[in-house]
Amino acid sequence: MEVQLRSPNIVMKLSRLGSFHQSKLSFLRSFLKEFKNWEYKRDLFELDEFGYGTAVYSFKKNNRIYSLVCFANELNENERSDRVIASKWDAAFTLHDGVPTKQDLKRLKNEVPKQEIGRLSYKELTLSRANKSVRVFDHVVNNLSEGRQPDVNLLSKVGYLYRTTAVYGSGKFGLADRFRIKDREEIYGPFRLEMMLVYFVRQFTFDQVNHVAHSKNPKKAIALDLEICRNLGIGNSTGLGMAPFIVNHPTLLNNWILSRETALKKIREIKIVKKEDSNTFKKLLKKSIKNITSWTTESPYQQKKIKSLLNNLNKFIQFLEEEFDFSNEYSFNQLYLWLEKNTCEECIEYVVSMMMEPYDDIVDPLINQMSSDEEKYFNIPTERTIADLKKILEEKYPSILKIDFSLKKNNQNFWFISKNKEEPRMADRFQEDGSELEQPLAIARDIKILYENLSLFKSSSTIDKFLIKNQNLRHVIRRAFIIEKFPYSEIQDNTIGESIVPIDMLRLKLSFFGALKFDPRSDKWLRICMFQGAPLPEDLKNYNDHWVYNSLN
Amino acid sequence: MKSLSEIDTISKRASRAAGYSWGISEEVGKNIKILEMFGLPGIKNLNNFFNNRKIKKFENLNFISKDNKTASSEFCPIVLGTNFIDQIKSLEKFNEIKFEKIAYPLLFLPFVSRASEIIGKRILLKFDNKEFLLNFNLNIYSNFLQNEIVESANTILIKFLENSDSFSEKEWENLYKLSEETFVEESESLKQVGAGAGLTDND
Repeated sequence: MEVQLRSPNIVMKLSRLGSFHQSKLSFLRSFLKEFKNWEYKRDLFELDEFGYGTAVYSFKKNNRIYSLVCFANELNENERSDRVIASKWDAAFTLHDGVPTKQDLKRLKNEVPKQEIGRLSYKELTLSRANKSVRVFDHVVNNLSEGRQPDVNLLSKVGYLYRTTAVYGSGKFGLADRFRIKDREEIYGPFRLEMMLVYFVRQFTFDQVNHVAHSKNPKKAIALDLEICRNLGIGNSTGLGMAPFIVNHPTLLNNWILSRETALKKIREIKIVKKEDSNTFKKLLKKSIKNITSWTTESPYQQKKIKSLLNNLNKFIQFLEEEFDFSNEYSFNQLYLWLEKNTCEECIEYVVSMMMEPYDDIVDPLINQMSSDEEKYFNIPTERTIADLKKILEEKYPSILKIDFSLKKNNQNFWFISKNKEEPRMADRFQEDGSELEQPLAIARDIKILYENLSLFKSSSTIDKFLIKNQNLRHVIRRAFIIEKFPYSEIQDNTIGESIVPIDMLRLKLSFFGALKFDPRSDKWLRICMFQGAPLPEDLKNYNDHWVYNSLN
Repeated sequence: MKSLSEIDTISKRASRAAGYSWGISEEVGKNIKILEMFGLPGIKNLNNFFNNRKIKKFENLNFISKDNKTASSEFCPIVLGTNFIDQIKSLEKFNEIKFEKIAYPLLFLPFVSRASEIIGKRILLKFDNKEFLLNFNLNIYSNFLQNEIVESANTILIKFLENSDSFSEKEWENLYKLSEETFVEESESLKQVGAGAGLTDND
């Protein structure tokens, strides 16, 4: 039986993309798998009694070495901010390509803490900074220094000692361009070196907290229990900066979604599901509920989604236990169809992620297809006809062509780059100044304009002739020819409408990173947790890939 | 040192600020990145062009033909380049194309380089005493190595080079003969068991 890939007109709606969860395809899980046989080392740890100073960690295999350089600095309480406009942080990090020399460390010490206003070199691959969760960090230090383990309940509410507020790569602020690393044999997919940085930072937070506790009371202090460490991750605060990324990288977006959809299709096409696989699925699904019940947020929007997810999941598990028979043919397909009929989007996508768990043989080959050589698809095939382009728009953007952009509510917002931090932002077109400097992120509106303008042109005419008079639509003409080849390259929604929830765009990207516990703090930024439950560096050689569901929290 | 990604982004934004559409600005971002990657002064020329554009008017050439002359001022290299790459499939039929007066010809160069990749042919571009061989957008071979601003070119000649060998048949044969010395003469018994041996192909 052949199952069709799900339609982009369902999958690429923002409400659906904003319901995605981590899976076996997520980058942080892939990163751990790919680097598990690398030699981990703490090369330098020169912190003072308060935990301020420099540390270096590395991963090494054969002749390749990646080193995380950390700078921990004193920060006044009134200077600590998660917002991108902050200019000081508790710690700043860069991933250096190779072993940093003394001169490198001197240079980096001057530049890395400055973050966006510092300059990095082609020898640095990623850049980040992080702030302490002061309440948790101090609690852990105080307890350890008194010879006690910290209160696990408090830790589980937060989930981390530090949270990063940005992770940069790919040529930002002078960092190495992607072309320098993309063909390295260990780089199997996107964002691997960003994941490596965050993983090292997690270890640094444990080492630092132990060091400070020991310095405070050398006679009594104990180290943070390793099981508690494993159950702590790294937090991350993310704002709108991430949202345009998925619009600006259409072929990459396609390859992420297509991998996920292909995995689902192949799983639904399994005729006889082996007992061990159905057992793995059921066992992990039940175990994973803990990740939802411990998922705390003050956001009413997310609370509603979590509540609905939990109710729907319980309904699904009950169906699975009491009515469903896995010995039926194409049982995962039956389950999927049941989910579509009986549960919410959040639950459907949650179970889709869980379905992948037993199937390394299906998922692993797809992991390698999640990067994209975007430059290859940049040129517009201008010899194609108006009729060709109209057909593409009609087939690939059917719901977008129905939007009436003469209505104020469909045209409510605009995206711009803020002057003070050069970060993407969104504002109300009718209340704020600056819409004349709008970024090209109103794809739905511009596609609609393109469609209307094409109708005025002769069908047999070619695109080069159309472009002479319509260069203002060049950016969407390029996209239309991309979506012809890459069906999941476009969000099938209006990104400037009144009802847009920008965090749906963030959630999509973060789910592919492997984030857990999305905690929206408004409709424009959220907090997440990464690597919670993950093996520690010394566990890497022999760890369970289902660690995501082992978390005690 | 600025990364290529920064060069692309800043060139794109600056082009938009200078009044080009987002789509054309994306082309300029890519192009300046190509120039800088190939060691040619992209940023320097773009910066000077945008400064000059505030005080000087440039002509937009929309339909490109075999012989292109300006009515008054110089051609804008960005509008010209965009139309050149858009119309390349129909321009290819001319063996040669001539332009009179292009402002900042180095900014026109990457469009031609990318056109070479699109049509799968090398393109030779000449102006003044400068020559550029554009090799399928993989590299640009040139006698121009100065890191300088070129404000104008009076006559620009573009020649589409047919895909042909750069060597004689005799030179190829000589080299082929030498390469044969790496082969091993197969014995009769080995020939009997080679792929397809002993079967009828009429099955």
